[in-house]
Amino acid sequence: MVSADDLRKRLHLVPDPEVPALSVLDLGIVRDLRMMPDGCEVDLSPTYTGCPATEVIERDVREALEELVGQGNVRIKTVLDPPWTSDWISEEGLRKLEAYGIAPPPKRSSDKRSLLGLSIPLNCPRCRSSQTERISAFGSTACKAMHRCKDCLEPFEAFKCI
Amino acid sequence: MKWDTCDPSEQYLLHLGDDALVLGHRLSEWCGHGPILEEDIALSNLALDLVGLARQYYQLAAKRIGAGTTEDQLAYWRGERDFKNHVLVEQPNGDFADTMARQFLFDAFHLLQLEAIEQSNDAELAAIARKALKETTYHAQHSAEWIVRMGDGTDESHRRISSALLRIWPFTGEFFLPAEVDRLAAARGLGPDVQSLREPWLELVREVIAKAQLSLPVMPQKLLRGKSGIHSESLGFLLAEMQSLPRAYPDAQW
Repeated sequence: MVSADDLRKRLHLVPDPEVPALSVLDLGIVRDLRMMPDGCEVDLSPTYTGCPATEVIERDVREALEELVGQGNVRIKTVLDPPWTSDWISEEGLRKLEAYGIAPPPKRSSDKRSLLGLSIPLNCPRCRSSQTERISAFGSTACKAMHRCKDCLEPFEAFKCI
Repeated sequence: MKWDTCDPSEQYLLHLGDDALVLGHRLSEWCGHGPILEEDIALSNLALDLVGLARQYYQLAAKRIGAGTTEDQLAYWRGERDFKNHVLVEQPNGDFADTMARQFLFDAFHLLQLEAIEQSNDAELAAIARKALKETTYHAQHSAEWIVRMGDGTDESHRRISSALLRIWPFTGEFFLPAEVDRLAAARGLGPDVQSLREPWLELVREVIAKAQLSLPVMPQKLLRGKSGIHSESLGFLLAEMQSLPRAYPDAQW
């Protein structure tokens, strides 16, 4: 008999397609997992409204869980509210991001509203220097911005704090 | 086929979706043409967020309209008069200053609009707004930074952003001029009385304009009725391009 725990273990092996260092569980988008008499139900929250990876993630989660509960037996529900925030990335996820070379988001998503003068200092994921600057608010995927370290001079990506 | 609807919640969703889709499409026109690589990427990301937001509104509207209606039909098979976006968002990109002036003045309005819709008594709509608010805050910070960078930059950037603000300003009055769709939404508790957003909007805009060493334009507003389907000539051209593929190949699938 497959348990919700087995499903969870399987999801640990499903990577985010755009940041493969993180699993979908690390990312904090799996809100609930339930075994049902006829299969299982998963509640997923999208990260960014326009993120093209959302549909890929759904497909990957479905395929992974179908290995356990059988084809056609996985129901995925999209949960918008409360909205996902970068604060939900797990502690392990934050460590994996940094090890992968992406500066993790500070747990500060609730500081907002001021339109000007808001800049959270980040540490360089390579040399740990705190002397870094943002060079672009947007990056190669919806979830990242570009920064540069003024000490080791390496550019690096940072997970947006939203 | 007719996609018009008399239901206030569906009309409101289409109005909100149309703003997001039309502005998202405009921004996508910058892809490959940005003044610098970083901004090219930024504008494309903004476009992606807005088109994603439009999809949320259209999916919900399609579900409520029923009868097999899809988000694609709402985006691609409605005509110019059926679109209920603000005339501001369909304005051509112009130069980078024009695009950023349009973006900043819209972002500031969009923030306040979404904050109000978070309190909507339509729970599904409120959920979309709560999600979008986080991204819109990020957009507004980005466009506000550019207003300051250009206003407080070189003589050339100051001149360009000043004249861009003058060009775009007369389109902002429509935000606060209630149309039928706004009145119905406010009466049902779906969204705000748009007139009440005017003062907070001016406050947000004034702060950034002052920091940018610019002055708030003093000029009359145009009386626009985009929210009732009466548009500038720009929208027809935009739709013709955006809708050409599904209309030429109606069953095309990715």
